[in-house]
Amino acid sequence: MGSYVPSTLKQREEMLREAGFSSMEDLYRDIPDELKRKEPLDLPDGKSELETDRILRSLAMENKEYLSVFRGAGAYRHYIPAIVQSVVNKEEFVTAYTPYQAEISQGVLQSIFEYQTMICELTGMDVSNASVYDGAVAAAEAVSMCRTPKKKKVYISAGVHPDTLKVVRTYCWAAQDEVVVLPLKDGKTDLSGVDGEGASCLILQQPNYFGIIEDAKAAGECAHAAGLTYVLSMDPFAMCLLPSPAEYGADIAIGEGQPLGMPLSFGGPYLGFMAATSKMMRKLPGRIVGETTDADGNKAYVLTLQAREQHIRREKASSNICSNEALCAMTASVYLAAMGPEGMREAARQCYSKSHYLAQEFERIGLKRAYDADFFQEFVTVCDDPEAMLAKLDAKGILGGQPVEGGILWCATEANTKEEIDALVKEVSA
Amino acid sequence: MKTPVELKYAKTHEWVRFTSDTECEVGLTDYAQDALGDLVFVNLPEPDAEAVKGETICDVESVKAVSDVYAPVSGTVTEVNEELLDAPEKINEDPYGAWLFRLSDVSDADELLDAEAYEKHCEEEGN
Amino acid sequence: MKTLFDRSVPGRHCSILPACDVEVRTPAETRSSALHLPELSETDISRHYTELAKQTFGVNDGFYPLGSCTMKYNPKINERAASLSGFTNIHPTQDHVQGSLKLLHTAEKYLCEITGMDAMTFQPAAGAHGELTGLMLIKRYHELSGHPERTKIIVPDSAHGTNPASSAMCGFTVVNIPSAPDGCVDLERLKEACGEDTAGLMLTNPNTLGIFDRNIQQITEIVHAAGGLCYYDGANLNPVMGIVRPGDMGFDCIHLNLHKSFSTPHGGGGPGSGPVGCKKFLEAYLPGDRITEKDGVYSIEQRSEESIGAVRSFHGNFLVIVKAFAYLTALGKQGVPEAAQNAVLNANYLKHKLEDTYELANKGICMHEFVLTLEGLKKEIGVSAMDVAKALQDYGIHPPTMYFPLNVHEALMVEPTETESKEMLDHVAEIFLDVWKKAHEDPEYLHGAPHHSPIKRPDEVKAARHPVLRVPLHD
Repeated sequence: MGSYVPSTLKQREEMLREAGFSSMEDLYRDIPDELKRKEPLDLPDGKSELETDRILRSLAMENKEYLSVFRGAGAYRHYIPAIVQSVVNKEEFVTAYTPYQAEISQGVLQSIFEYQTMICELTGMDVSNASVYDGAVAAAEAVSMCRTPKKKKVYISAGVHPDTLKVVRTYCWAAQDEVVVLPLKDGKTDLSGVDGEGASCLILQQPNYFGIIEDAKAAGECAHAAGLTYVLSMDPFAMCLLPSPAEYGADIAIGEGQPLGMPLSFGGPYLGFMAATSKMMRKLPGRIVGETTDADGNKAYVLTLQAREQHIRREKASSNICSNEALCAMTASVYLAAMGPEGMREAARQCYSKSHYLAQEFERIGLKRAYDADFFQEFVTVCDDPEAMLAKLDAKGILGGQPVEGGILWCATEANTKEEIDALVKEVSA
Repeated sequence: MKTPVELKYAKTHEWVRFTSDTECEVGLTDYAQDALGDLVFVNLPEPDAEAVKGETICDVESVKAVSDVYAPVSGTVTEVNEELLDAPEKINEDPYGAWLFRLSDVSDADELLDAEAYEKHCEEEGN
Repeated sequence: MKTLFDRSVPGRHCSILPACDVEVRTPAETRSSALHLPELSETDISRHYTELAKQTFGVNDGFYPLGSCTMKYNPKINERAASLSGFTNIHPTQDHVQGSLKLLHTAEKYLCEITGMDAMTFQPAAGAHGELTGLMLIKRYHELSGHPERTKIIVPDSAHGTNPASSAMCGFTVVNIPSAPDGCVDLERLKEACGEDTAGLMLTNPNTLGIFDRNIQQITEIVHAAGGLCYYDGANLNPVMGIVRPGDMGFDCIHLNLHKSFSTPHGGGGPGSGPVGCKKFLEAYLPGDRITEKDGVYSIEQRSEESIGAVRSFHGNFLVIVKAFAYLTALGKQGVPEAAQNAVLNANYLKHKLEDTYELANKGICMHEFVLTLEGLKKEIGVSAMDVAKALQDYGIHPPTMYFPLNVHEALMVEPTETESKEMLDHVAEIFLDVWKKAHEDPEYLHGAPHHSPIKRPDEVKAARHPVLRVPLHD
């Protein structure tokens, strides 16, 4: 059986005796007997490492890996440079706790500080936190930043990722906020129903779930005219090509950071990024790292603005988050450093260009797009029988788009070659 | 510990400086700032907020704690000291100069202590 | 140390992408502001992070007795399993994922068996996230049973700070009750606090002082009798897994920290995983999809309208669950209680080695951790818990949790975990005793500690008063 306890049986007996116990069971003499389990756990016998390895490998083999992927829908396949995994696999980073002891945690602290800087640069915002669980939770946390006793209503576009909408609804139900969903019109958010009375914020996603580039600037102006905080969820690649959240007028910029170097991983771990204007700095949830000096006057990093957080403010804290996605934040930093500004812009241009090439090829074979509006890296084609279409592609080792109401949501990124795209189009038309 | 005689005090360690019969400034006492340690931020009340004697009106933050500030009297907030937002250290350096907020329509001021009584109160609390 | 931005040289780059093989197009409206990301070679990046790694202390670097955090060793087989492409290359909405579903379904079964729960969701991404989810189940239960007036959550004052914060996020009012001196629940105060507005109680057992509350059955009965539900904060499960089950203690729902008891690494602050388990009567309210099995075939089923909805996208931090599953597979029915027992043994052994010198916050047997109070030392010679913690750094070990729980003055909370050897514990005991001696000989030396770390104590007041939260850039 497997065990990670280093003490030998002989040593355990010595330790028991020395600490005044007669047996292992004796350690639990304070626990009422009737509570203790009499029979062993109903788990299989423990396994050696070799057996454990075999079991996990066989499970992994029961999943299907696709060579060709044309699905995004909130989880995107981009190329991940080799340096990314190599850096984030370093044992010091993997096995450290939250950097409470600054003197021996400067490495993690500086990496978070650099991450915060890069998120600020991408979004154009003033301040960033050290991450939250994912993009959907980032939206829910943004609502908490805006909530006041008199502002208990939230406007959210129907174009956000379905999971984002679900999570925001769940958090708002718990906090007794009203959620008003703004419908889509021709694929874009219809802002005509926005009324500032008693409302705190407006949440928009750019590009939206259906890939469409929203009139995000107009949405910001609409939010501000109604006295609302403008929360913009944006794809990190889209930010490098389209106007940044700051240029769109966002007060809080959030999003799913998975595309920045994290594999698909059946949904996680991913990364929720959150940045805001300096006016909202003290409302940001979670860890934030700041620069200061040490007792000798040298540069040092620490967790700061902690009086916002749960361990100090307890029931008055607006968020309870403590563990976040630090290693995923580091993944994003290394990814951004490897890509550099030109690499990010180039990847974004290729996402845009290749998805447009795919759409054009589809159109050539008679597949109609569901909406006319321009899109970033995803688009919907009308399809009567998505299941049959996707099954046909599946048989050829291609993961087709995401089935959505009325059609299929396709995605192409820099990771898809022209050859792959042409092969897809050929299969679809076959 | 400094306790200027011209001011009034609440048992919850706020000082009150009357600028007219119905208007006053409120701040934290020397005793309070010393007990709280280095302050790093002040969450000031909203202008126009109603202050109710004995209830929390705003809070101050040190690195590892948040402490409520209680309204020493009732009234309406007319002005907050925004200078403190960028320089919370002023409360530590000059507690009686660093007012937090101003109130109008002041009432419920009967139970305020004078300097001598407040000093005695602090002494008792310290024991 | 230089930042990535300080190392940036205009025009330098890694060669990652090929040229675009289709016609290049641009959208109508494009970004106008500059994009200041660092421009670096792969060598720059590699060396930068290697240097940062040297200034980071992980479980791999040495003894890490951070109380309440269960910093046990993170087995490498778990990491390798989670890096298999059959897990990492899988899209969250694709078909043909029997391996992932079987893993989640089996992990749920194992963890339910260990905790005495009937069902579980893996959506919560951390412990605090799990707390919020569990409280939502309680809220939903009262809402659907026609008792929306039950809005108060009772939390002992020794609880983790996340408990009251999670309650407030869930729209509950927090009723703090003072604990007995040993951190256990004061039954009289609990009875007084319970009433028709009670939604539930949040509790860790063993508590934050490392004591198993032997009145636990009475406690959960009192809350149930008042119509409330009982929530188990699983942060301290490690010493009792396989020995006693929260479900048998009377708890209705729980969260686990896979990154504590189940050996998944903490990554400098995450990703974690905080699955929430519950008894049958709460199952319908769980968030996310349900995974079912029939004749060896696994499927994803949507939950009913009664579900609270979702607390995260997709299926939670899946790869973290893979790691915990590998751990459970290796340990099995014998290894799980063995780990718990040795965690308790190691804590009691180290406590025994220190108790003649240091003052304990509580006498008697501890579970996975014990709490020292340095109040006497502080009064006597002015050396604080902070000073001792910082001095420990100079010996190459990570300090214990400081100043928690809040009901102990000058607290140091020590949790050695089961993956430390007797030799290490003996060595650590000597270090603690040496620090004690130094504190008496030369208190000034301790005030200035650490003396050998990459930086001296940072100025936290300055950091908070005038926040600098990013690298300043000059155009």
